[in-house]
Amino acid sequence: MATYTININGEDQSFTCDENMPLLWVLREVLQKTGTKYGCGIGQCGACTVHLDGNAVRSCVTPIDSVGEAEVTTIEGIGNAELHPVQQAWEELQVPQCGYCQSGQIMSAVHLLEQNPNPSDGEILDAMSGNICRCGTYDRIKKAIRLATQLSEDNNQLP
Amino acid sequence: MTLITNRRNFIKNTVMVSSGLAVGFTLGNVTKLFSVEADSVSHELSPFIHIDTESNITLVNPNPDMGQGSIQASAAMIAEELEVGLEEVRIIPSDGQAKYDPQISGGSGAVRRSWEPLRKAGAAVRQMLLNAASRSWEIPLAECYAENAHVYNRIDDRKFKYGDLVTLASTLEVPENPTLKSKSEFKLIGKSHKRGDVIERITGKSTYSIDMQVPRMIHASILHSPTLLGKVVSINATEALKVEGVIDVMKCERSMLYTKFDAVAVIADSSWAAMQGKKALQVEWGGEGDHVSTQDYSESLYTAAGNPGALYSETGTFDQHFSKSRIKAEGLYESNFLSHAPIEPMNGIVEVKDNGTIEVWAGVQGPGQIKDQMAEYMEVPPENVKVNVKLMGGSFGRKSYHDFLLEAGMLSKKLQKPVKVTWTREEDVSQGPYRAGSLSKLQGTVENGKITGLHHHAIGESIYGQINGSPKVGEVDEGIGREIGFENSKYVLDHTKISYTRVVADIPIMWWRSVYAGSFAFGQECFIDELAHLGGIDPLKARLDILKDERYRLVLNTLAEKANYHEALPGGTARGIAIWKSFESISAACVFIVSEGQGVRVKKVISVLDCGLFVNEDMVRAQMEGSIVMGLSAATKEEITYENGVCMQQNFHQYNLMRINEVPEMETHIIANQDTPGGVGEPALPPIAPALNNAIFNLTGVRLRKLPMDLTNIKLT
Ligand code: FES
Ligand code: FES
Repeated sequence: MATYTININGEDQSFTCDENMPLLWVLREVLQKTGTKYGCGIGQCGACTVHLDGNAVRSCVTPIDSVGEAEVTTIEGIGNAELHPVQQAWEELQVPQCGYCQSGQIMSAVHLLEQNPNPSDGEILDAMSGNICRCGTYDRIKKAIRLATQLSEDNNQLP
Repeated sequence: MTLITNRRNFIKNTVMVSSGLAVGFTLGNVTKLFSVEADSVSHELSPFIHIDTESNITLVNPNPDMGQGSIQASAAMIAEELEVGLEEVRIIPSDGQAKYDPQISGGSGAVRRSWEPLRKAGAAVRQMLLNAASRSWEIPLAECYAENAHVYNRIDDRKFKYGDLVTLASTLEVPENPTLKSKSEFKLIGKSHKRGDVIERITGKSTYSIDMQVPRMIHASILHSPTLLGKVVSINATEALKVEGVIDVMKCERSMLYTKFDAVAVIADSSWAAMQGKKALQVEWGGEGDHVSTQDYSESLYTAAGNPGALYSETGTFDQHFSKSRIKAEGLYESNFLSHAPIEPMNGIVEVKDNGTIEVWAGVQGPGQIKDQMAEYMEVPPENVKVNVKLMGGSFGRKSYHDFLLEAGMLSKKLQKPVKVTWTREEDVSQGPYRAGSLSKLQGTVENGKITGLHHHAIGESIYGQINGSPKVGEVDEGIGREIGFENSKYVLDHTKISYTRVVADIPIMWWRSVYAGSFAFGQECFIDELAHLGGIDPLKARLDILKDERYRLVLNTLAEKANYHEALPGGTARGIAIWKSFESISAACVFIVSEGQGVRVKKVISVLDCGLFVNEDMVRAQMEGSIVMGLSAATKEEITYENGVCMQQNFHQYNLMRINEVPEMETHIIANQDTPGGVGEPALPPIAPALNNAIFNLTGVRLRKLPMDLTNIKLT
């Protein structure tokens, strides 16, 4: 057992847990932030995607010990005051079916657009291919990312 | 006034009022509407509509939602008749209380089965409110009308909010046969609406089953036999108990619908610790299951194909006709075992309480069934089991098998605490139940440019055969017969025959999205193309020539039009088509492929669906899109195999699901008609695999005969 203080969604959180515990389970079971999901535990499905200092990582294979000073952003930290353009696009195109994979999908998409505000089709596929959706919402995800780029542009053009 | 006494606390907490009008209803064939009396219901929730004095409208939803949007579809049906906006109805899942009829989501039935009852319930409440208004104003009923959650008065411009009327309305008779709106009057049904629950699902706020917690809860991770049937010989828990957070290790069992498997549970203070404990656990297993092999099973399918099988139906004299026909073909098509693999793995919480009652919190397809199964397994009366239905992160048939909840029940009884069981992905993939592997043997004849005879012999394990022992080996599975029979395909031929051979599998099976349609449409619809080519007929024409039913013809003709079927395609590309009816809906697909390297790539899929009257157009499209993806994924990537009793796939690195970079363009078309609602969650899936294989043949001249089809390497033979 060890004690950690990590910054999650802009707030410092202190807790004690096993050093080997992956960030996913810290979020879900220690801090009760259950928006981040378990799907495979081996970095294959992307349901557990969060941001670590702005990078999209699979929290199921990120030991808590490795987080250190890095800022963690989870789905709960996206679009709080108003929906993020990615979420707006997801809502507009009604992307989710069961919705279980969508926290991860959205975290991957937000990261993509932060890195690359105007991705090509190929870049969208590359960035999103680590996230499985068993319900098969992929076609809408592609379209929603396109829409989100437009929405972000529109937002930027506001005075 | 109808007080909902026992529900009061619940309603109070959620709707902030304890009185109003409540009308319950059943989902059986006969719709019974009744006002919900104070003492007639237990503390549990059942399908009913409640309107309080503040005009808050609550629907207790009878259809569990697996992601197919049935929550919203149910609300739309009630809102339509009740004359309120969709956003004004709040929805709470019901718990599957037996006395209000079994509730199950499956068989694409959410809308199909509850269409009439839900509308009747909405209409009954509307009529009661109108009657109440007419009495209050002392004017004829005909002068009152309902709109936007108000009753208006045609004589002057007075109006009542629904909430103002509920106290009086609740003293009135519930009409037995309320007048339903005519279809042309629909404002909600058949249009596209946004789902009210999407915002929660994209902000991480939805509480799925796996997110549930209850006080005093402890966690269990369960080690199942690596060979399914292997029994525990010895358990060495030393290392497992050293894992931080692990509390205990105990032998338990996995209760299947037809047998029991040995298992060992690791109990811990978090699911992660329990999973770690499970990794450290050393268990010696017996050799009881070492023989299980999908290869052996597959070989017995081919052996069975040499025998005639049990007859389901016959018209004309197929065998005679076949033996003397000059233009004829025989073909074998094999479908493989598949995992459902919903991204949320199996999980749930069960609490066995001191007073003998049991409470379940879980995402399940059949809350009514888990209630009965849990009661039977735990030896308590069904009314002692309370089920709290939670949101499912996908199911596709898997969560209608409740093995994982019975595990939790048994452990909770032993530990006298609420126990949350969470399966790992590895357990999910390697333990089943699965879609069964199966074989289609087909024989057919062509005369004068027309298909004239067809025999489909379906071979494989039967779901009910495995669960109930009926059909026995040698008997017909009526469900499979119906699925592949000519009443379903509507192909009109002179000589037809449907037969079936049950081959027992030692691997647990369960319905998988579209059930038998997915397995057997592959053989039948590929073979129709095979016969068409044999007779030198275009595959679309070959089908239209033997289809008299107008709905089927319209589906095919619409597909042909949308796919520009009669236009030539550029070199290196091809298309293939297939059609299938399942769950009362007819769907056809056209798959376009291009050659790429040694194989082909799917470029585009066009899907057409006639599902009769539907509630929400956008949701129907979403289900079609999902069916295209799952259909392609299953046809080209997914496969469960067993060797020496062990499942060769454990997680997503071995059980491959389609990813976004592999998904083709897609187009969905819905045929607008006013027929009885059919299913929408599954019917677009079955035509995908055969349409793809037919395209492959059209491009390469190679006819693949076994799923999954490896698109990267199509050997020219
Ligand atoms: S749970 Fe982390 S990638 Fe699947
Ligand atoms: S929406 Fe269900 S898994 Fe993606």
